[in-house]
Amino acid sequence: MLLSDLLTALLLFCSLPFFLAGTLGLLRFPDLYCRLHALTKADNLGLGLVVLALMIQADSWQVVIRLLLTWLLILVAGATVAHLIARKAQQDGHQPWRH
Amino acid sequence: MSMALLYAGSGIILFSIGLHALLVRRHLLRKILAANIMGSGVFMVFIAMGARGDAGVADPVPQAMVLTGIVVSLCFTAVAIVLAVRINHLTGCTTLAIDEESAID
Amino acid sequence: MATLTMELTLIFDLILLFTLISMAWLLLASTDLFRAVVLFIAFGLLLSLAWVRLGAADVALAEAAIGAGITGALLLVGLGRLGSAERCRFTRVPLTFLQRLSAPLLIGIMIPSITLILVLELRLLADVAPGQQGLVNALLDISGSGHGVTAVLMNFRAWDTLLEKGVLLLALITIWSLDQARPLVHEDEISPQLTGLARLLLPIVIIVAGFVLWQGAHAPGGAFQAGALLSAGILLATLVGYTLPARRQRLSLRLLLTAGFWVFLLIAATTLLTSGYPLSYPQPLAGGLILLIELVATASIATILAAVVVGGHPPDNLSVPEDDSSASPKKRRK
Repeated sequence: MLLSDLLTALLLFCSLPFFLAGTLGLLRFPDLYCRLHALTKADNLGLGLVVLALMIQADSWQVVIRLLLTWLLILVAGATVAHLIARKAQQDGHQPWRH
Repeated sequence: MSMALLYAGSGIILFSIGLHALLVRRHLLRKILAANIMGSGVFMVFIAMGARGDAGVADPVPQAMVLTGIVVSLCFTAVAIVLAVRINHLTGCTTLAIDEESAID
Repeated sequence: MATLTMELTLIFDLILLFTLISMAWLLLASTDLFRAVVLFIAFGLLLSLAWVRLGAADVALAEAAIGAGITGALLLVGLGRLGSAERCRFTRVPLTFLQRLSAPLLIGIMIPSITLILVLELRLLADVAPGQQGLVNALLDISGSGHGVTAVLMNFRAWDTLLEKGVLLLALITIWSLDQARPLVHEDEISPQLTGLARLLLPIVIIVAGFVLWQGAHAPGGAFQAGALLSAGILLATLVGYTLPARRQRLSLRLLLTAGFWVFLLIAATTLLTSGYPLSYPQPLAGGLILLIELVATASIATILAAVVVGGHPPDNLSVPEDDSSASPKKRRK
């Protein structure tokens, strides 16, 4: 197999624990805010690795830039949505989890 | 069984699941969700029928029909929701039940 | 090696289909209506992945934008207005035993038998059937578009697309005759972060929509996908508090909404008069006509889809004032 294919496969495998961590955080964390934290950060990082893997397979510079733009947009949108959810939860009176 | 027929079978299953929920659930919004799932099942059967050709690209005619179908289905989901909101506004109800229906819940 | 790839794709397909079906079951069986709507949005996104697997890229774009995105927003708006409690007004009359038995029996017999019959019909179908692909590819050069689905939509089955525009307008008229538009968000609830995001995203949305529209001539894309993207941008603007100035809510708005249909109809009428068949584009003009129709259609579709989610006519119409129509839904929501 080509080096680029190997690198792509490696990066894709590396992104899996991030997604797993995000989902685990979604299921196991005690609080809405902690879950948002886990989901947004871990999933976006995992997505970044997936995008990196795809960039290696891309045919032209156009596709590379489009992939990068997609990732940046998802970062921005994900962060804003997490903020909106947390803001609404705080307005509704959700208290952060304490020991 | 080829891939396309596998997807067609799943489309049929989705249709049946949606039909079941359409008949059994009482809340109007659930019925609308069920109708949407039925629509998705039908679209899957369409595209799967079109995907039986050579590899890669599905037959463009079913694709065009499903494209039209998705847009029209959105518009009539909207009509259904506005009707449900109107019913709720006029009667205070979110279901159309007139007797104690034996719903399988 | 080839069979290994085939096995892997089969496993992927099986996982995808299993997830789709179980997600559909879960969302319809869920006790929480909000969770059901959110699962529906996720279902729509997975469905667009299924379209990609089947080779239908245009449908995948449309499903992600319209089926998951706009339908999801629409359902959330409807959920907010309806509430998830099941309320009914009529007195509950208890059923007899036979009546009570009939529904599970009918459903328990009817639905599995429908499924079984349909699945058995599948076995009669051929595994490989070329379909209309060859015919479309052969006629692609004279169609005015370089992409099969766009050619079918805008030329070979242009009549269907014209009528579809009419159906969109019909849905809009129905919605407008039912209810008055209520604001989606209150003034004091608008988040500054969302405003900032909207300021960043709206120019990008417009550019990407234009790109998708342009790309429809030679790659998956086209008027519907671009219109859906634009309508998502319009809805985003509505969510941060932008409303049309009142001066533009009368004639200009209606012109914009119906422009797509009018242009298409005009072209159909012209071609009917000049050549005897509606929508038979003259060969050198075919590409230009398709582009014109798609351009106006994108703007029209964007405004129609956004208006359809807002869910009511603009508040300057003649409307019979009901018993304080903006206050009573809130009162009755209890």
